[in-house]
Amino acid sequence: MAVDLRAKLGHIELPNPIMTASGCAGAGRELAQFMDVSKIGAIVTKSVMLGPRSGRPTPRMAETPSGMLNSIGLQGPGIDAFLQRDLPWLLSRGARAVVSIAGGTVAEFADLAGRLSDAAGVTAIEVNISCPNVEHRGQVFACDPDASAAVIEAVRSRARYDIPVFAKLSPDVTDIVAIAKSCVKAGADGLSMINTLLGMVIDTDTMRPHLAGLTGGLSGPAIRPIAVRCIWQVREALPNVPIIGMGGVRTGLNALELILAGASMVSVGTTIFHDPSACMRILRELEEELTTRGVDRLADVVGLAHESRVATGRPVSPHAAVRRK
Amino acid sequence: MTLGETEAQAGPVQVRGTVLTVRRVDAYYAMTLVAPAVAARFRPGQFVTLAVGGPDTSMLLSRAFSIHDVRPDHGGTVEFVFAVHGRGTQWLAERRARDVLDVTGPLGRPFPLPRDPASCLLVGGGYGSAPLFALAGKLRDRGCKVDFLLGAASGDRVFGALTARRTGRTATITTEDGSLGSRGMVTDMLDQVIHEARTDVIYACGPMPMLRQITALAGRYDIPVQAAVEEAMACGIGVCMTCVLPVIGSDGITRMSRSCVDGPVFRGEQVRWDDVGTIPFDAFGAPGWEPRSRRAAQAQAANGSSESERGKSGLSQARPVKPGHGGRGSGGNLGKQNHGS
Repeated sequence: MAVDLRAKLGHIELPNPIMTASGCAGAGRELAQFMDVSKIGAIVTKSVMLGPRSGRPTPRMAETPSGMLNSIGLQGPGIDAFLQRDLPWLLSRGARAVVSIAGGTVAEFADLAGRLSDAAGVTAIEVNISCPNVEHRGQVFACDPDASAAVIEAVRSRARYDIPVFAKLSPDVTDIVAIAKSCVKAGADGLSMINTLLGMVIDTDTMRPHLAGLTGGLSGPAIRPIAVRCIWQVREALPNVPIIGMGGVRTGLNALELILAGASMVSVGTTIFHDPSACMRILRELEEELTTRGVDRLADVVGLAHESRVATGRPVSPHAAVRRK
Repeated sequence: MTLGETEAQAGPVQVRGTVLTVRRVDAYYAMTLVAPAVAARFRPGQFVTLAVGGPDTSMLLSRAFSIHDVRPDHGGTVEFVFAVHGRGTQWLAERRARDVLDVTGPLGRPFPLPRDPASCLLVGGGYGSAPLFALAGKLRDRGCKVDFLLGAASGDRVFGALTARRTGRTATITTEDGSLGSRGMVTDMLDQVIHEARTDVIYACGPMPMLRQITALAGRYDIPVQAAVEEAMACGIGVCMTCVLPVIGSDGITRMSRSCVDGPVFRGEQVRWDDVGTIPFDAFGAPGWEPRSRRAAQAQAANGSSESERGKSGLSQARPVKPGHGGRGSGGNLGKQNHGS
């Protein structure tokens, strides 16, 4: 029997939990050459800003052990072009669009949420308050509970009531649970974690930083254990808040690990760079892994690792394996 | 120049390609893969990306290589040339017949072909010459005259010198150490070759400094240049945004364009070579950028192509210039990564 892979993104049901990670799939168009974008749970777009943005100078990328640094700096044409060209295209292909937004100020985030709410067809908004590739560390809202709350509150109040708002968190903080709680209190319907970690590579030939932007965001399997830890901690503290998990997912087994830690959905990022159809493969592998384990419903294993300390196998903890009918 | 059938291009495919041969060619390696769907869609100037290191690899980025040739044997094979720069290319060099690789292609904008027979000069630096031979075949089919100008640090690094001599109307070789052809760089001979061959159009592939100089020199004679650039890429399919460079659009606005999907072949005069590695202040979306009137944009276009001494940032100048290759690497390997490539 086929596994029931349906996943809940807030109150919205997705056919399966596999999504692209923001910044690794553009707005889906390029990947459509290699897979049917309507077959995965959703396409999470590259972060959209109000105006066009050129990003940072090159070199923008460095390969690191089981990972990479990127220093793109949110290059993109802005919300007008997105609404005119990218969103209609995604919808025409039958894809579900989770739109990632980024801004320099609270007002910019709010404006973006407003613009997206006026357009039809946005499945959810992921609020990128944690991009490390900005000029000042102070602009990384997700490093501060109050700044995070201010952005989420503004977005939640401007976004249409039926569009779930997810806050994307940075692992580069002392206490991710405090930030998570602050975002949820401010109205976030869910949390996405984790964004990249701030890293740096020095070229030993030139004896200078390799990236033109000096620092970059570390992604790939190298950060997977950090993602698992962050998801675990937040799930433990906020058992009823849906989580989109991401961080170094390369296989269906990796996706299952994040799900067991508490993620209801899983985004695939850096792996796409060497395997453009990775999302479809990971979805297939996840289904196989669940079948092998005798699981017939994905929802049954979300956060299941939290109850493994109890030998009876019956959920005794209130935040374990929440069954959704 | 016309784009010809570019618009009707079939998209790339991701397939499992079986290694047919891996062989040494002087200082380089040439790998032939059985990949019929890639071969069927190929047009000269396009490239493939390969996943390297196997399923549990620590090397996450795909490697990009311009396609040297495709052949009909075994249903369709694709050949590309590479140099061992790091662990990724070392792994590739160690592949053997019947190994299976994850290959995606053909990718990128191919060389546009002239509508009418023309005198074409094909300039290659290092193994940047690899994509030029398939192009030469297509040009000859259209009645074009084909001259070659190939150069490298040393004779064993001039890829395809023999083929160029055999198939080109003329073939000029330069090496920095004088071990093959005349001593010097391709750009030293360019002026002379253009005059002798009465060149109508130049196709070039190689390191950025070479492409910049060719564009500048050809501009003096009003000869169009189609240049295949090499920028470090992570994905090759247009999603990662790492391989950007400043390119002036037909509307006169400079954009940070992706060399993998907007290129790798660009019209030479549209690339702001001196600003590669920077975000020009007037680029679309640069800090402080705001929409200008059409007239201002046009004035800007005029500036962009003539003003060659625009300053680069100190950071971009700190990029490695590898001696002996005439620039950043030796061409051809579009996805040359400075780390573990």
